[in-house]
Amino acid sequence: MKQKLKALAATGNLSTGFQEESLVRAVQEGADFVGCDAGTTDSGPYYLGSGNPRGPREGTKRNLRIMLREALRAGIPVIVGSAGHAGGRPHLDWTVEIVKELARENEWHFKLAAIDSEINKEDLLQAFHRGELTPLRPAPDLSESTLLQAERFVAMMGIEPIQAALKAGAQVVIAGRCSDVAIYAALPVLKGIPKHVAFHAGKILECGAASVAQRLYADCMAAELDQEGFIVEPPNPALRCTPQSVAAHTLYENADPYHLIESGGALDTTAAQYKAITDRAVRVSGSRFVASEKYTVRIEGAALAGYRSIVVAGIRDPLILRQLDEFLKSLGTVVRRKIEDSLKLASDAYTLSFRLYGCNGSMGQLEPVSQFEGHEVGLIMDVVASSQSMAADILPLVWHTGLHHPIPEQEGLISNFAFPFSPPGINVGPVYQFCVNHVWQLKDPCGPFRTTMEDL
Amino acid sequence: MKSEGKRKELWEFTKLIRSKNAGPFELTFDIMFKDADCFDQVMKSGKLSREAIAELYKTEMGQVQFFVIRELLTVKISIPRRIFSGDMRDTDVYGGQFHGPLVRIPVESD
Repeated sequence: MKQKLKALAATGNLSTGFQEESLVRAVQEGADFVGCDAGTTDSGPYYLGSGNPRGPREGTKRNLRIMLREALRAGIPVIVGSAGHAGGRPHLDWTVEIVKELARENEWHFKLAAIDSEINKEDLLQAFHRGELTPLRPAPDLSESTLLQAERFVAMMGIEPIQAALKAGAQVVIAGRCSDVAIYAALPVLKGIPKHVAFHAGKILECGAASVAQRLYADCMAAELDQEGFIVEPPNPALRCTPQSVAAHTLYENADPYHLIESGGALDTTAAQYKAITDRAVRVSGSRFVASEKYTVRIEGAALAGYRSIVVAGIRDPLILRQLDEFLKSLGTVVRRKIEDSLKLASDAYTLSFRLYGCNGSMGQLEPVSQFEGHEVGLIMDVVASSQSMAADILPLVWHTGLHHPIPEQEGLISNFAFPFSPPGINVGPVYQFCVNHVWQLKDPCGPFRTTMEDL
Repeated sequence: MKSEGKRKELWEFTKLIRSKNAGPFELTFDIMFKDADCFDQVMKSGKLSREAIAELYKTEMGQVQFFVIRELLTVKISIPRRIFSGDMRDTDVYGGQFHGPLVRIPVESD
């Protein structure tokens, strides 16, 4: 068993990049593997639902080129998790294609593992009927029809499928949807590093250089793991970690700052200690890993909610602004009647929302300021219907009616909206929604994940 | 945004006030204070509490997770999202602007 192991995170997200010299230096200084997270649910359900990856492709290729080149030269593995942003099958294929393209262009040869985490609906439906799906809080209601109507499901893998690929000799592992922490914990745990060390290091590494005191730009982060703890130190000499910056990162994007739930157990950082080793390096120790009784993986799913068309408009007339609520309410009534008359659509056949920037555009129902103050508002008229053509048909009825909707203080035809664009409307495309927040109890942690090995 | 005398606003005591998704179904707020004195003044004022957050964000008390992390001079709060990230009526997919109303909470200082 190796006493110490050095994990290198290329960056926080594969599409955002890193400083080339940081990565080259860190690999040359003896990294044992290069990891990189490529996905998140932060940007909403669109990527999972549509199957489209979040690019840019060229940026992703540039980053993979440097990672693969340096790792192959040093003979160490590369592990990418949550390929193509959402980690579904099309996202995995997109990333694997880039890797193969790079191998061809550069005449690189290595064993590639692609781990598919997309779950067939039939398999998930069976799991549902066997009672293996448990809701987290809060969760959308799950039923057979939700499962059947959804566009795509992925399961978030833990460390085990990655470890299996590494044991089978893969040098490059491209994983579908994957726990961020698992990318960095898989190999260390395989090599005998305790889980509490590997998982805590994974949590710190998963955002790349985000745990430094002053993040100047996206960059690499390295950690040296041993049996008791790990030392985290940015490879770039211009960046530094402090005990506060590293501890603070444990909070980021977690609901609970002390307990990080992962497949197979939870990391408890309540007693963790963060000590400065130099003015740039911090030693972390003292966390615990509490194994769970049951092995579960998180399920993510997206369903089509409709197709969206929008109009952006400004309102500057103080006489409208002082009665905005009533103005939009009466406009809504008139518009719904017109849509029914001319398109024969009942009001439950589509969704019409007025989004008011300057009032509650950012926070919606949660906006505590109820009194409007200001000299103008930005209005988005937002239509979602069951087809793009239906949304596009409804939209002009909304904005054209609103344009000339009367107010008591003005006589004659008025034009209420300042449209910045011609045409005023934009067809946005399909709209998806997250339709599950559940965990799936597995007998075998690798069960639903299918790995394809290939010699390039 | 300069306030006079003893009545200050929360942002004058902090170095970071942020909100962010903790997954698509929850929002989390991190409030990091400039120093122990700032931390103590705000905590003593009672303006930052589970009750205050529940009221401001129209959320049941039992659903507000409220963590006081003195060693990091940080208060962390998490609440469920009533509208999930990216849903048709969501206003903030990343959840990055929900901290707005916290910034100018009035705090009586010594």
